[in-house]
Amino acid sequence: MLAAVRALFDFDDVVVTAPGGTRMLAGLSTAVPAEGVTVIAGPSGAGKSTMLRLCNRLEVPTSGTVVFRGDDVAGIDPLVLRRRVGMVFQRPTPFPGTVRDNLLVARSAATGAELHTALERAALPADMLDRVADELSGGEAQRCCLARTLVTQPAELLMAAPTAALDPTATRTLERLARSLADDGVAVLWVTHDLAQLARLADTRIVLAEGRLADAHRAERYLSGAEA
Amino acid sequence: MVFGVAGMPAGRALAAARGTSDIGWAGLAGSLGLVAVAIALSAFRRLALERSMAWAALRALVQLLAVGAVLGFVIDPARPLVFSWLWVAAMVVVASLTVRSRAREVPGALPLALVACAAGTVVSLGVLFGLRVFPLEAKAVIPLAGLTIGNTMSAAVVASRRIVGELSDKRDEVEARLALGKPWPEAARPYIRSALRTALLPQIETTKAVGLVALPGAMTGLILAGVRPIDAVRIQAAVMYVVLGSVATSVTVISLGLARRLFTPDHRLLPLRRPAG
Repeated sequence: MLAAVRALFDFDDVVVTAPGGTRMLAGLSTAVPAEGVTVIAGPSGAGKSTMLRLCNRLEVPTSGTVVFRGDDVAGIDPLVLRRRVGMVFQRPTPFPGTVRDNLLVARSAATGAELHTALERAALPADMLDRVADELSGGEAQRCCLARTLVTQPAELLMAAPTAALDPTATRTLERLARSLADDGVAVLWVTHDLAQLARLADTRIVLAEGRLADAHRAERYLSGAEA
Repeated sequence: MVFGVAGMPAGRALAAARGTSDIGWAGLAGSLGLVAVAIALSAFRRLALERSMAWAALRALVQLLAVGAVLGFVIDPARPLVFSWLWVAAMVVVASLTVRSRAREVPGALPLALVACAAGTVVSLGVLFGLRVFPLEAKAVIPLAGLTIGNTMSAAVVASRRIVGELSDKRDEVEARLALGKPWPEAARPYIRSALRTALLPQIETTKAVGLVALPGAMTGLILAGVRPIDAVRIQAAVMYVVLGSVATSVTVISLGLARRLFTPDHRLLPLRRPAG
């Protein structure tokens, strides 16, 4: 029971069925610890993104429960949950306007100092604020999106394969940022299908296969690269 | 007074109208010569459209004759106005069914279109007859309602398809806004605004360019029927403002209703079908 309360997220027999009838998750039961970087890995179509989207209720279970720090997420105001559990998407999603405009979408009352802190935590220089967000490089745009999420001061961060579209240098920068955020006490859930990234980043590994937690044999095969 | 045309004795107007607008059956048969030209051109260029053209011409004629016969019944001044309102209601239903068939990817298009077309019609006819711009009689109610409903129907199709297309194309951005803890109306606002601008701009452009390129239909018809151009202009201007107002009303109604259907009460964007074509 103590373990359940300590977990950040608890998934209990979670099934997610898409409107077309496809099973995205087929009875997932696992726990995500409340600290460090947890990497969710698995082959394409294993349900990694769906698992992540359940954490901030962009997706809801068809059956089963997702529990956040002891409370069923179905009972938490989604707007409160989402400010608490930030998310960075696979592709950078800059909004129209400058970087400042982007950060102010997250919290219009944010002060200049708060904007600078968010930029700094995302390893972006302060003079970036007046750059047009659409004109940033892929890595900068993704860090702008990270900074935007950090403006809401989330206690937890969901990273949905955020380096899939980035070059190796930008990828390493984002990995370092995730690590330093985790060291500062922000629990990070990171989805990847890159085994090398998993090895570099994971404090905890969750391997999914066919919509549920992979058994030990399957996880080992996947992690050895036999079916990556 | 026909449609509030001032400054012309009714008798003279009628005589003028007879002189220009009554083309007779022989005239109609003559105009069919143009269909023959189109069919000949199709045959010459091997477009294989001859049969379709002939069918379209025949079908249009039969439909118009049928409508003319029913209109003749409804517009008869001896008939109570309730027939006109029934006719208007039928037009709203047909327009809404058309919206549904043209915007198949839009969930709940039929009820939304019914409400939007009805709202546009009520607002425009309410202003026109409430302020006594036109006399409340069948021959004013039906053409004005037809004009309003026809335009609101087209705008409703464009607006609803654009809203679904925009939210589907920009799904990542919309979800990024939701993930920042924004309620759905706020997350959807920039995309719905863009869709509404797209739906309204053609109407605004048409209004701006009117008279410069082509004379609008109502005005052309009035001038052909012998009405003085300045009188025709006054009617045309009123009609254009009504169309603009009713289009804006119906597009706003459809956007409010549609957005509510595309998001869940717990602020999630539902899976969307991409508009085809």
